[in-house]
Amino acid sequence: MDGLAPEVKLVATTAYVMAVVCTPPEAVPAFAVHAAVAIAALLLARIPARTLMRRLRIEIPFVAFAALLPVMGAAPRIDVGPLSLSQAGLWAMWGIVVKATLGLAASVVLIATTSPSQILEGCSRLRLPPTLVAIAGFMVRYGSIIGDEADRMAVARRARGDESRWFWQMRGAAAVGGALVVRSYERGERVHRAMLARGYDGTMPPAERARPNGRECGVALVLPFVSCVTALIAIVAP
Amino acid sequence: MTTMGAASIELRGLGFRYPDGTPALDDVDLKVDAGERVAIIGPNGAGKSTLALHLNGIHTATIGQVAIGDVEVGSRTLRDVRRRVGLVFQDPDDQLFMPTVGEDVAFGPRHAGLRGDPLRVRVGAALAAVGMEGTELVAPHHLSIGQRRRVAIATVLATEAEVLVLDEPTANLDPASRRDLLAVLDRLDCTQIVITHDLPFAAEVCRRVVLLDEGRVVADAAMIDVLGDPDLLADHRLFLPRGFDPAAV
Repeated sequence: MDGLAPEVKLVATTAYVMAVVCTPPEAVPAFAVHAAVAIAALLLARIPARTLMRRLRIEIPFVAFAALLPVMGAAPRIDVGPLSLSQAGLWAMWGIVVKATLGLAASVVLIATTSPSQILEGCSRLRLPPTLVAIAGFMVRYGSIIGDEADRMAVARRARGDESRWFWQMRGAAAVGGALVVRSYERGERVHRAMLARGYDGTMPPAERARPNGRECGVALVLPFVSCVTALIAIVAP
Repeated sequence: MTTMGAASIELRGLGFRYPDGTPALDDVDLKVDAGERVAIIGPNGAGKSTLALHLNGIHTATIGQVAIGDVEVGSRTLRDVRRRVGLVFQDPDDQLFMPTVGEDVAFGPRHAGLRGDPLRVRVGAALAAVGMEGTELVAPHHLSIGQRRRVAIATVLATEAEVLVLDEPTANLDPASRRDLLAVLDRLDCTQIVITHDLPFAAEVCRRVVLLDEGRVVADAAMIDVLGDPDLLADHRLFLPRGFDPAAV
């Protein structure tokens, strides 16, 4: 899966996520098919279960929010042990949890098999607006640099006895944040200057258009195709 | 790496003030022959970097003129001037803004309209010229600072620059990276302007030096004459490392 063209993987992931999102929560068998597709992709990409679980942790806040829906939802209600839960709330919770989990699993497959620069290359080849791709590229390029700068400033702050553990001690950390914004702005000016020096005229040069072959497209798109057909059946013939 | 050749530089009565009115350059005259290597030294705030930004039209002259070869730097000639004059900035992280080394080196030539195999060949040759061949797919933040500096030079070599302007090229380099950089500059046949506080490095790269202070040219002479005059250097807050003999370089 690592060798597939990044634009094909982007289309496949987007198609799969759209299919999952469009499937009504009540179509439980359709989600079984979606889950089988996600598991097949995870196995093909040889992603260990531990990696998947670690990356799925990001959805915990959403799951926590979704867990409130059955408690706070409208009637009709059903009794589960000592709790009286809203039926509509339970379906809403199920929908949020299953769609978020499957969507994230697809994203995990994409990012485990595609480097950030390949994802940007794929976006360019899919003719996404060059300015947006360039901004995303700058985020990838400078995220770690600004992060390192923040770390160095935090070390310098602590070296002078400022721990900022509690909210009322945040003055030092806030000053670091402010300084980081100013420094990042100044770096932006220097980068812009460096771009001008090499001929930048306000538009990014277009990316090379290498066409993926048919076999590559077929291999990558068969799994999302299954999900799309499943979603369509679930919508048309519930 | 073969460049398109080397171009001469001529500054005539160049003056510049920042928008807040702070004077940065005042009546600077300078002539550099094609293929010559000149160091520009001076204390902080002397106007060295501002002068560099005029050479490729980032700042356009408000007073006086700047010419690269037979081309006067102005709004109509910017595209040509920026292809011919390569600026290598002090912080390589400012210069390397694309996600991979290959894309970054290709940025300038791609803007000039180069595509496909000729572009790949140009990128490969520029990286080979600085000893960084095979790093096209590497992310810049995975390189050491010395390697990043060499890739930064490759980004301007790829435009077939005739003039190379290096702003503080030895900043933050360890001794081995500094030596590698010297070897790279030694192999290039284009005109070179080296802006630096590192006087021993300037002495190793260039035979001629221009001393700038408060935006004016204070001295423009052979390296040995300027570095051999400790009083002149001290008057402009410059000092050689203890025991360094410029005559021995």
